[in-house]
Amino acid sequence: MTENHIIGASVPRKEGRDKVTGRARYVDDMSLPGMIYGATVRSSIPRGKIRKISFGSNIAWDEFVIVAAKDIPGRNCIALILDDQPCIADGVVNHPEEPILLLAHPDRHLLRKAVGAVSIEYDEMPALFEMEESERQAEIIWGADNTFKSYLIEKGDVNSVWAKAAHIIDGEYFTGAQEQLYIENNGVIASFDSEAGVTVWGSLQCPYYVNKALMALFGLPEEKVRVVQMETGGAFGGKEEYPSMIAGHAALLAMKSGRPVKIIYDRAEDMVATTKRHPSRTRHRTAVDANGKILGGEIEFVLDGGAYATLSSVVLSRGTIHAGGPYYWPSVRIRAKAVATNAPPHGAFRGFGAPQSLFAMERHMDRIAQVVGITPVEIRERNFLKPGMTTTTEQVVREEIDLSHLLDRALELSGYQEKRKRFEITNRKEKLKKGMGIAAFLHGAGFTGSGERYLSSVVGVEGLSDGSVRVLVSSTEFGQGTNTVLCQVASEELGIPYENVAIAQPDTNAVPNSGPTVASRTAMIVGKLVQSAARGVKQTLVGSGLLSESYTPEQFRMACQKYVAARGPLKSYSRYDAPPGVFWDDAKYRGEAYAAFAWAVYVAEVTVDPGTYSVTVDDFVALQEIGKVLHPLLAEGQITGGVAQAIGFALYEKVVWRDGRMLNNQMTNYIMPTSVDLPPIRVFFEENGNVHGAYGAKGIGELPMDGPAPAILNAIEDAIGMHFVSIPLLPEDIHEAVTAWQR
Amino acid sequence: MTASGEMADPQEIHLTVNGEAASVRAHSMERLLDVLRHELGLNGAKEGCGEGECGSCAVLMNGELVNSCLIPVAQAEGAQITTIEGLANDGRLHPLQESFLACGGAQCGICTPGMILAALHLLDRCPKPTLEQIKEGLSGNLCRCTGYLQIFEAVNKVARENLAL
Repeated sequence: MTENHIIGASVPRKEGRDKVTGRARYVDDMSLPGMIYGATVRSSIPRGKIRKISFGSNIAWDEFVIVAAKDIPGRNCIALILDDQPCIADGVVNHPEEPILLLAHPDRHLLRKAVGAVSIEYDEMPALFEMEESERQAEIIWGADNTFKSYLIEKGDVNSVWAKAAHIIDGEYFTGAQEQLYIENNGVIASFDSEAGVTVWGSLQCPYYVNKALMALFGLPEEKVRVVQMETGGAFGGKEEYPSMIAGHAALLAMKSGRPVKIIYDRAEDMVATTKRHPSRTRHRTAVDANGKILGGEIEFVLDGGAYATLSSVVLSRGTIHAGGPYYWPSVRIRAKAVATNAPPHGAFRGFGAPQSLFAMERHMDRIAQVVGITPVEIRERNFLKPGMTTTTEQVVREEIDLSHLLDRALELSGYQEKRKRFEITNRKEKLKKGMGIAAFLHGAGFTGSGERYLSSVVGVEGLSDGSVRVLVSSTEFGQGTNTVLCQVASEELGIPYENVAIAQPDTNAVPNSGPTVASRTAMIVGKLVQSAARGVKQTLVGSGLLSESYTPEQFRMACQKYVAARGPLKSYSRYDAPPGVFWDDAKYRGEAYAAFAWAVYVAEVTVDPGTYSVTVDDFVALQEIGKVLHPLLAEGQITGGVAQAIGFALYEKVVWRDGRMLNNQMTNYIMPTSVDLPPIRVFFEENGNVHGAYGAKGIGELPMDGPAPAILNAIEDAIGMHFVSIPLLPEDIHEAVTAWQR
Repeated sequence: MTASGEMADPQEIHLTVNGEAASVRAHSMERLLDVLRHELGLNGAKEGCGEGECGSCAVLMNGELVNSCLIPVAQAEGAQITTIEGLANDGRLHPLQESFLACGGAQCGICTPGMILAALHLLDRCPKPTLEQIKEGLSGNLCRCTGYLQIFEAVNKVARENLAL
């Protein structure tokens, strides 16, 4: 066996060479013989009945393939959880930009013209655009009460705490929609064959989600739907559920036209029509004793789900479970719901509900500290979860986590105490005001509650005829390093060089369903399965007598070659088994919410210019405990990228809405951080291990999205003493607040 | 935009792409990006926004960094164009490509070709850039994955190690 550990080493990214040479193949780089292009005619109103569709006279319509709802051979829905979202509107629309007709033509420019030549008359119906209107049921726009899902978590007797409290602190917090803004827009190519069925190549995160959706849409069995992931230019959750929609559209056009069809959205269409982060409102009412120790509280968490249920129930679930932060609540009542509005459905986005509820929690902690008269550091230290304590879902913390230590270290790394003292003095005389802010938080890895058990993921590892090894998973690479990390795990487990391990292109005809590539589950859960499938290959070779228990990489290679030559394919599969003793009650929302949490303390240093109302983040310390760092370079890249995206969430990225439609659907007026906008982001890890993850790994992909926004707003308050409760917080928002305050 | 039938006939355009002469028949207003991708099969330049904001379609035209989605191909008549495909030499990666790999400068990879060309353009004019100059030099190229830090490191590494470009 090799003595050099592959785990923990920054080996080259598997597909890195293709990416730096421009050879990596994204879907728009692919073309098929006879391929034509598809486009979508969308609703111009938020809600109403379609009365009449007319086709302008300046277009040769007989050259176009036109698909409407009636052309769908199976069920007209995007099969996901509730299956309530139509693939193509059938008589009624519920949000702006809802697909009504699909067109295909060989000439993309004519296609664009044709889309503009379709005119649709509607009988408009009253629509809702604000969560409050939806909760009030000003109009019923979905189901019986506009509510996609609600949860209630009850721990202890919260009713008894108010009388005992030294202070009761109320707060209300808001977060806005955020666009994922992957640089590669959504796109697919589909082909249809009456024998073979549907094949889709696309930019996507979850091949088997698309597979399931196409089976329902076409009424085809699993083996007649093939989904292949192409190189994917960023996703961040934005290619979790939406690809099922665009894949369905292209496949319907391919079926009707008899030719392969490519649909690539341009930026404006991608931004206006596809999913964004759920806007949220969180209310806290917290009882604390005279020292600031939490006695109990009520939390109300509401998400705007848009027009259809899609993933709102599970986004809500994660947000609800994270709403209490990394703190001990002797008693708590959390009421949560996701409500309908007539906007395009909001969807998956890195963090998945947790950045919303944790923003509220971490702003509220600073508020509590002010009321009690203690520091942001003290309020957190006094309330941190410790091993043996229970979370809001009564999950016992079994990890040896020491949050006070994490906090102390983050304060030291950031120079927090010294700077805070210095800024207190300099802020009195300097024009530019400086401040420091903290956020402490946690992020559960893997699917929530019973989720992983339902997924029951399968992973394969295959020994090939040349003696090398291939990982078989549907887990996808979209920048985060799936290919590299899973190959590292197989390489380490087998004791063979990393270069001798490859990973199969995700193709539902060729790889098992290792679950969706979401929820920070890939390194931890899929990685662990790769480890055990790899062990299976080794055991088969040892059992066959071709390999002894202890071997060199060369002996492994020879044994593998001989095995395949003599006996045929050498494949080992491993299926997820829920760890014993794990209990989750879906009805009461109680129990082990996640097999492991990553824990973090982030510190932001900001400058606020009271003249221009601009906020600059000057320094950012991100310290986290993530079990085991499998690949330092990739792990650091995940954190810096996540922090950057979260700085955008806090300070730059504002979706401007009018009647349920995004108005600023361009990179020109929806502003994400550029290279000149970001502070040094200093990343530090602690590694306590994790028995549930590959080589002790936990999930990290989403974690860095949770902390920066509250840390930055806490720092702004430290700098200028203004209590902002809503993000994004742009200079004009600060200006407005200052003006209102001066009045 | 080439709305068929409404524009002048395609014309012959002559370019030098990655050192090789090329001629294409295209409408004068066709985007250089589309000509590179569809006519010349050079898929390294990517369309991210189509309005010159993101830089993922960036190429060098006569040594200048341009967003090829904003260049009508007629404007490129006679020009020297360098795309990402022109950087590696006989399969040997360019130092910037090596450095992006080593430093984690490429995650999803979609901005990488434009980003590397922007870095090349920067180092060409300013072989020893400060961090501020690197930030400035790459500010027309958006990356959603990395938070840019590992990209700065990649550029800095090439400059520091004085690698021949």
